[in-house]
Amino acid sequence: MKFNSALRNFVLVLFSTLLISACSMTKKASVDTVDDVYTGTDTVEYLAKGVPDRVFFATNKSKLTTRSRDTLRKQATWLRKNKDVTVTLEGHADERGTREYNLALGERRANAAKDYLMTYGVSGKRITVISYGKEKPVNPASTPLAWSQNRRSVTVKTN
Amino acid sequence: MKKIIITLLFFIFSVQNANSLIKVDITRGNLDPLPIAVSPLHVDEKSEDLKGLKEKKLGEEISKIIERNFKSTGLFNPLKKDAFVQKPDIAHIKPRFEDWRLIKAQALVTGKILVKDKKLKVEFRLWDLTAAKEMVALSFTTTPTNWRRVAHIISDKIYERLTGETGYFDTRIIYVSETGPKDQRIKKLAIMDQDGNGTKYLTLGNELVLTPRFNPTNQLVTYMSYFKNMPRVYLLDIETGIQEVVGNFPGMTFAPRFSPDGKKVIMSFAKDGNSDIYSMDIETRKVERITEHSSIDTSPSYSPDGKYIAFNSDRSGLQQIYVMRSDGTQVKRITFGKGLYGTPVWSPRGDLIAFTKVRKGRFYIGVMRSDGTGERLLTENYYQEAPSWSPNGRVLIFYRETKSDSKGKGFSAKLWSIDITGYNERMIKTETDASDPSWSSLLSK
Repeated sequence: MKFNSALRNFVLVLFSTLLISACSMTKKASVDTVDDVYTGTDTVEYLAKGVPDRVFFATNKSKLTTRSRDTLRKQATWLRKNKDVTVTLEGHADERGTREYNLALGERRANAAKDYLMTYGVSGKRITVISYGKEKPVNPASTPLAWSQNRRSVTVKTN
Repeated sequence: MKKIIITLLFFIFSVQNANSLIKVDITRGNLDPLPIAVSPLHVDEKSEDLKGLKEKKLGEEISKIIERNFKSTGLFNPLKKDAFVQKPDIAHIKPRFEDWRLIKAQALVTGKILVKDKKLKVEFRLWDLTAAKEMVALSFTTTPTNWRRVAHIISDKIYERLTGETGYFDTRIIYVSETGPKDQRIKKLAIMDQDGNGTKYLTLGNELVLTPRFNPTNQLVTYMSYFKNMPRVYLLDIETGIQEVVGNFPGMTFAPRFSPDGKKVIMSFAKDGNSDIYSMDIETRKVERITEHSSIDTSPSYSPDGKYIAFNSDRSGLQQIYVMRSDGTQVKRITFGKGLYGTPVWSPRGDLIAFTKVRKGRFYIGVMRSDGTGERLLTENYYQEAPSWSPNGRVLIFYRETKSDSKGKGFSAKLWSIDITGYNERMIKTETDASDPSWSSLLSK
């Protein structure tokens, strides 16, 4: 009997641990977007240590968030230090819009990033902008999380 | 691509008056399609044996194409051939009307063909079985390799006689062929007959290509290409294969379409992140700026008289449809319904504008009058957009994408068509996945 109850306690503990970890997992997914903008790091790559390569946007928007501006200031600092580097800003949209409008939207997003980099001292001559609209998703899933990861402007070294 | 040369000689034997003869109403969904018997065309025994041409089967093949065309309209019900009561050659001379009426046919198509001197001679007749009268009799001569087009032209003539509208069977569709996984799609320009036959690929897939559209004579196509990673609008001559970039723009140009006279290409040009509408005269290369607004202006489409342009703008904050005079003045918003509106395309008849609507995460293809009133949503789905009109303004073709799972699997893109009545929605078979369809005008006018 004693053994049995000990076993039962163990099973209960194990079960509740599973529950907690399941909770924290769902929590993590919802934390990955704030106000429709992706805040996670799953798809992010780095231009240099501590310099993320991309910023994210809300649906149909091209406004830079506080977090995006922070990322772009880091990029600007790094670009000012590495004067030979030229970059292309690739603007993207998610798959939930018409193709032509999304091309325009990707262009507007990449240019929002470009303007910010220029404000922080990066010459416009070092920056090329290209929009891919909805044509190049980084995450091909049809989920709100994937769409938030795809609404992005990515800074890519071109030399 | 080689030009398809067709020489047509129409001999109108007789055309009866429309009064008291059968007529198909295509202005509403037809739930009671007209039963029609398409007899195999009789092959004249004197026909020559031509290499690569199965002339013995030609009569039957042509009748099958006609049947498939009729069935695809949803307006006709082609009857099974095993119930046919008369031999093709005899029926063509004069059908026994009462016998054909017994199998519940209301209209009958008969014909005969002769291959002689390397020419294909085709003759056909349309009979009204109820009135026991001949409605149409035509014959024409062409090169034998054009036999499929002959079938489409016959279909058009019969459709015209029975509905009072011009047909749309002797037409082609240009579209973007898609292969490969969703995040590494390979896209090529492809062209095929309206019924999905004779697919040809016009680009190799080395660069991303989007949104091809025919000019009014169907010889030129304007489209967008990422050639050398410079997204620009191009012109492609389908006969010669020669491509050239449209204009000398320092940034992305996209969303191109021809003016109804074929002289201009209208498109968006993105400058410093802002997209406005421009046009370029193909001959003089003169560029004209049409909109000047800090919002996105794209997807321009001329009215068939060339006087107006419908376009897509988010100047109100969200995507809506606007109409302006073609010089850019008198801009007027025409959509005020709940949701987002995009891809306005003016009907070739001028009365309606087709569009894509997005509402509560669902996508709709719809039509409205050119002042924005009378909105009718024809079809709802997970994702669909980019309608293009049949030349008679009765059918829309568009593309539809399916939802993919967490790994991007299950994704597909297909062409679909629907009547503007909202009836007769069907998938159009393509060799690969497909998107961005554009319907040609009638090849033989």
